[in-house]
Amino acid sequence: MTNQNDMLSPEAIKKIDREVAKYPADQKQSAVMAALVIAQDEKGWLSKETIAAVAGYLGMAPIAAYEVASFYNMYDLQPVGKYKLTVCTNLPCALSGGVHAADYVKEKLGIDFNETTADGRFTLKEGECMGACGDAPVMLVNNKRMCSFMLPEQIDKLLAECK
Amino acid sequence: MLEIEIDGKTLQVADGSTIIEAAHQLGTYIPHFCYHKKLSIAANCRMCLVQVEKAPKPMPACATPVTNGMKVFTHSELAVKAQKGVMEFLLINHPLDCPICDQGGECQLQDLAVGYGESASQYQEEKRVVPDKDLGPLVSTDMTRCINCTRCIRFTAEIAGFMELGQSFRGERAEVMPFIGKTVDTELSGNIIDLCPVGALTSKPFRFSARTWELSRRKSVSPHDGLGSNLIVQTKHDRVMRVLPLENEDINECWLTDKERFSYQGLSSAERLTKPMVKQGGEWKEVDWSVALDYASHALRDVAKTHGGAAIGGLLSPHATLEEMYLAQKLLRGLDSENIDFRLRQSDFSADGKRKGTPWLGMKIADIGRLDRVLVVGSFLRKDHPLVAQRLRQSAKRGAQISILHSADDDLLIKLAARAIAAPSQLPAVLAEVVKAVAELKGVAADPALAKVGAGLVDVNAAKKIAASLVSGSDGGKCAGILLGNFAQQHPQAATLSALAQQLAGLLGGSFGFLGEAANSVGGYAAKAIPTAGGLNAAAMLKDPRHAYVVVGAEPELDCADGAQALASLTKAAAVVVLSPFKSQAMLDYAAVLLPVSPFSETSGTFVNTEGRVQSFYAAAKPLGEARPAWKVLRVLGNLLDLNGFAFNSSEEVRAEALDGQPEFVSGLDNGIDGATLNLTASPNGLERVADVPIHFSDPLVRRAPALQQAADSAAPTARMNAATLAKCGLASGDKVKVGAGGTAAVTLPAQFDAGLPDGVVRIAAAHADTVALGAMSSVLSVEKA
Amino acid sequence: MALIDTINPLLTTGWSKGDAGWSLKDYEARGGYVQLKRILASKMTQDDLIAEVKKSVLRGRGGAGFPTGLKWSFMPKAAPEKYVVCNTDEGEPGTFKDRDLMRFDPHSVIEGMIIAAYAVGAKLGYNYIHGEIFDMYQRFEEALDQARAAGYLGNNILGSDFSFDLFAHHGWGAYICGEETGLLESIEGKKGQPRYKPPFPANFGLYGKPTTINNTETFAAIPFILGMGGEAYLNLGKPNNGGTKLFSVSGHVNRPGNYEVPMGTPFAKLLEMAGGMRGGRKLKAVIPGGSSAPVLPADIMMECTMDYDSIAKAGSMLGSGAVIVMDETVCMVKALERLSYFYFEESCGQCTPCREGSGWLYRVVHRIEHGEGRPEDLDLLNRVTDNMMGKTICALADAAAFPVRSFIKHFKSEFEYHIENKKCLVDPEVQRAGSGFFKAGAA
Repeated sequence: MTNQNDMLSPEAIKKIDREVAKYPADQKQSAVMAALVIAQDEKGWLSKETIAAVAGYLGMAPIAAYEVASFYNMYDLQPVGKYKLTVCTNLPCALSGGVHAADYVKEKLGIDFNETTADGRFTLKEGECMGACGDAPVMLVNNKRMCSFMLPEQIDKLLAECK
Repeated sequence: MLEIEIDGKTLQVADGSTIIEAAHQLGTYIPHFCYHKKLSIAANCRMCLVQVEKAPKPMPACATPVTNGMKVFTHSELAVKAQKGVMEFLLINHPLDCPICDQGGECQLQDLAVGYGESASQYQEEKRVVPDKDLGPLVSTDMTRCINCTRCIRFTAEIAGFMELGQSFRGERAEVMPFIGKTVDTELSGNIIDLCPVGALTSKPFRFSARTWELSRRKSVSPHDGLGSNLIVQTKHDRVMRVLPLENEDINECWLTDKERFSYQGLSSAERLTKPMVKQGGEWKEVDWSVALDYASHALRDVAKTHGGAAIGGLLSPHATLEEMYLAQKLLRGLDSENIDFRLRQSDFSADGKRKGTPWLGMKIADIGRLDRVLVVGSFLRKDHPLVAQRLRQSAKRGAQISILHSADDDLLIKLAARAIAAPSQLPAVLAEVVKAVAELKGVAADPALAKVGAGLVDVNAAKKIAASLVSGSDGGKCAGILLGNFAQQHPQAATLSALAQQLAGLLGGSFGFLGEAANSVGGYAAKAIPTAGGLNAAAMLKDPRHAYVVVGAEPELDCADGAQALASLTKAAAVVVLSPFKSQAMLDYAAVLLPVSPFSETSGTFVNTEGRVQSFYAAAKPLGEARPAWKVLRVLGNLLDLNGFAFNSSEEVRAEALDGQPEFVSGLDNGIDGATLNLTASPNGLERVADVPIHFSDPLVRRAPALQQAADSAAPTARMNAATLAKCGLASGDKVKVGAGGTAAVTLPAQFDAGLPDGVVRIAAAHADTVALGAMSSVLSVEKA
Repeated sequence: MALIDTINPLLTTGWSKGDAGWSLKDYEARGGYVQLKRILASKMTQDDLIAEVKKSVLRGRGGAGFPTGLKWSFMPKAAPEKYVVCNTDEGEPGTFKDRDLMRFDPHSVIEGMIIAAYAVGAKLGYNYIHGEIFDMYQRFEEALDQARAAGYLGNNILGSDFSFDLFAHHGWGAYICGEETGLLESIEGKKGQPRYKPPFPANFGLYGKPTTINNTETFAAIPFILGMGGEAYLNLGKPNNGGTKLFSVSGHVNRPGNYEVPMGTPFAKLLEMAGGMRGGRKLKAVIPGGSSAPVLPADIMMECTMDYDSIAKAGSMLGSGAVIVMDETVCMVKALERLSYFYFEESCGQCTPCREGSGWLYRVVHRIEHGEGRPEDLDLLNRVTDNMMGKTICALADAAAFPVRSFIKHFKSEFEYHIENKKCLVDPEVQRAGSGFFKAGAA
């Protein structure tokens, strides 16, 4: 039997513990969303082993953690590039160029949605509303960094700085 | 009570009822898929939408609580339009190829589509395809057919106690699945087949072998554990094709264990004995019944004549029917032998002669759910009595406190209030500590005999925690129950454990009882299949070899407390007459005559379950080959031996004589022991064996069921130890180890780490060919690296 | 009656310094936490507090518009364990006000939640923040640390016998968690699948305990309401539509952004504040309350005032106050296709009508947009939506249905043109120009 917790670094465990502490003692499972994000940040994506390790740490059935990991669309169940770009194409963004921004990135990178560049640098995803429609077009870089008003010039700049 | 109206009919319903429950009370059917009375309410299929007066929208009958004066319309235009709309949605992505679906003919979706579906669909897009999942050897999947009702998911989480299935992804891409690479391993997995309203989950062993309308159905009773689950046995051309639960809220509810559901495959085993056989000059010959019976009767008569009746021993399977046991004991007693027993795995018989009656559950099975405090003593509960574990699991959720005292901390998937895990030799001492602690909490004097129990030897704190839990129940423990499991009954100090449980129940004002190991653990007593004064019990007649044995339905090398000794004694005996549905190499080695008898499915008979309930059944199929019901074979043998009282025309007549009529429950149920002497000595030198009887190895039938033998619960035996014991023996998990039991025989097994075992204990399964050579289930072992 | 033709900043007073004005000292400098101190010092009763909120006729700002004071009064008094939860899972297309509240004035939300906890007797609270705005989640956590350090959170707040702690929980990409019971499931570490109601959260909420759950903007309004008095707040707006409201204006306007105006402000005024139509083009249609609200054509919309009752009368919903403005360059079929895809993508999969119906709707609209529409498709769409609406646990099925029905209702000829001619009524080049993407820097 391997110790599943070996899957997660001490730093990750520390961060997860901080999340667990937010909830009543008998509600560790509440921390699963944050814990999966912490694990994803560390590993790049969520393999079944990683998900099982998180489930084990929080005392959940592995499938219960997998349900969560597969339900929320910012978890990556497959490896992604170093930079995951998620472009919102929903209607309010599209009215201000969201779809065109996505098309522009596709052309620049030579990939379609859900594809990764050959050099493993970029993965492109189509996003749903990010709650920033006033800043359209918007895109997320690696889930946590929101970029606003992404017209061609700004996109060029972003792609250039993602090394 | 509330008064409501459903489709113009007025009725009274209990507060808190839902519309669907109220409608059920009235006999009004509301179509539904996700709703199931034993599962939490999901309200997701939306098929049960009905109209409620004043509600602007149709309401789900399964989730809408009834209010006083509510008027419900289940067939109004609004209701039917909603139901038809839902049916259309259910069908757009469901394959409409019922003729090639295994569920065809018994599919709720198919049935309801007839009533609520249209002949054609406006949905002309491509249908969704969902990849199938490998759930193991028992449940087959066709996930494209899944309608996401989530019954199977809720079953694993709520009834089986561990969420093995989930609904991953979302929206139209949602799919029911186990965790990646996992199978569904609960011992109750087959129930998800019954629960699945469509053909997404079907029986792997049964798949595509018959259509439901081709099958004949017979009610029957499970021949396995002491619960006596009610069955529907389905046959085609006299072959059992499938076993399903017959709902009985007092016993199995609507569930079956996988063992009960799939053991029928063993009925068609290649090892079925289909012709009488006799051994002549060391050679086995198939012979006519008359020859075989003649041979058997002569053999027994010869031994009785030469050596006296006491030279014959009778070993009866506790899975044999009441009628078989009754006639077998009558036959042996007719031959002047008192050596008769069905308690094959028992090792402590010191209570014999002191019992006030037949040991039993001590309560109704249904009453288990009413206990608010429970102490389970010596039981691999989840595997030995899965449906009792299930009842306790639900009790715990309702707030009952469950505790366990045992020698292995297997995950019962029950929320436990307290647990004490101790080596087998220490179980009596820990239980004594529980008794003392309860006495102290109650402010009464404990049995002075318990004073000498060595403090420091056992985990007193764990005992105190159990005691505190028991006493904290209503009225200081009046609703508490002490349940002694198979391990406690097989324990070398079983009588002491029983006496201590009796004391404990007495102090609490609660009850105590035994979880019957086998289908007829109570029936054997009722059939008088135990020795009376002067007779030898099962252990004694093997320890002290007899000249002849009559074996009914058992494989003593696997079914007795000391299989190695049983094998030796049988091999030595001059004549072993075996009545069995199966033959095995061991049998061919030791027997003189093999009489092919019917398994439970091919004979009428009776099992008396652990609560004393008399459950008779008819044959579901004709006997295979030349096999014959054992009660008939025993009757003829009695006649051939010129014994009196064998003139029975039916198994019912046998039952009537055995039970003195046709009672619903047998009489004489009493767990009391008069003048029990407590044996509280402990600590043998060396590593103690903890022997479980794995769920799929407990009896000859299940051992021959191929699909079950591939299940996770059928893994090959290992030598399990905790970290300290492994370290002490210089072992690592996975090492091959040589295990000996004092004698020369040794077996080689892989060592396996098991954190749930106490120190100084090696857990090695019994009832398995790989471990027979180790001998007694309770013993001291030597372990060394192989 | 307050003047209704000018901005009346209340919730947005603290926004003027942008990212430099969000911290505790800034908030305190503009009167922050004064109301909390007053309540604690005066030992205001829970009943009085709730009565004051009721007077304001503050209606839930998340979309449903349920009266806040009334919601608070549903909380059982005796329950030992209760929760207050803030819904900052802002994912309704067109809505982006709560993000700015988190960004510019998180302490107003914190103070509002503490006061709410006091009113309902909760000891623990959570703010569920949309995963896509993780920087705002981090800012909120920082604000919580500040509040905790200052004694506004924790045991015996400001020396009183009232204790309350508050934590942030983030989403990770699921629109359905904006539904309050889906959100509660999500905090419990599960999929955000909504629960069947009743029981409502006030009786069976987070961890099965009584829970008050309100939108971010609702909580943010509380300190201001208590500062000016419930009645004064009500009078800012119009009867039954108390106070001011944040409107997120997106789409074809010159200055997309959040605008706080009194309830009852004419739409025309709001449009003017947002800089008018981009490129001076003609207004075609407006979705006045987030993508789930029925679309209204320009002529109807221009007659509306921005409040619950006026928009409802016009056949739509004020919802979350997300005003999506569309000009004549928009193909309504394409616009609906994208919205239908959204609901198809975001359906949780629980209820049959939504799981199966949302995909069906999308596929039919998709084929119309792609020139494969059939004459019977519009009837089919209406029939499918009819079978979805009101048949599911939560309102997502209705939300998927409303756009379909309203787009077809108001722009039927455009759909029919598409089906007959297998192409857009609006020239693709015109559509392309509409987004402004290809003329970087254009106003």
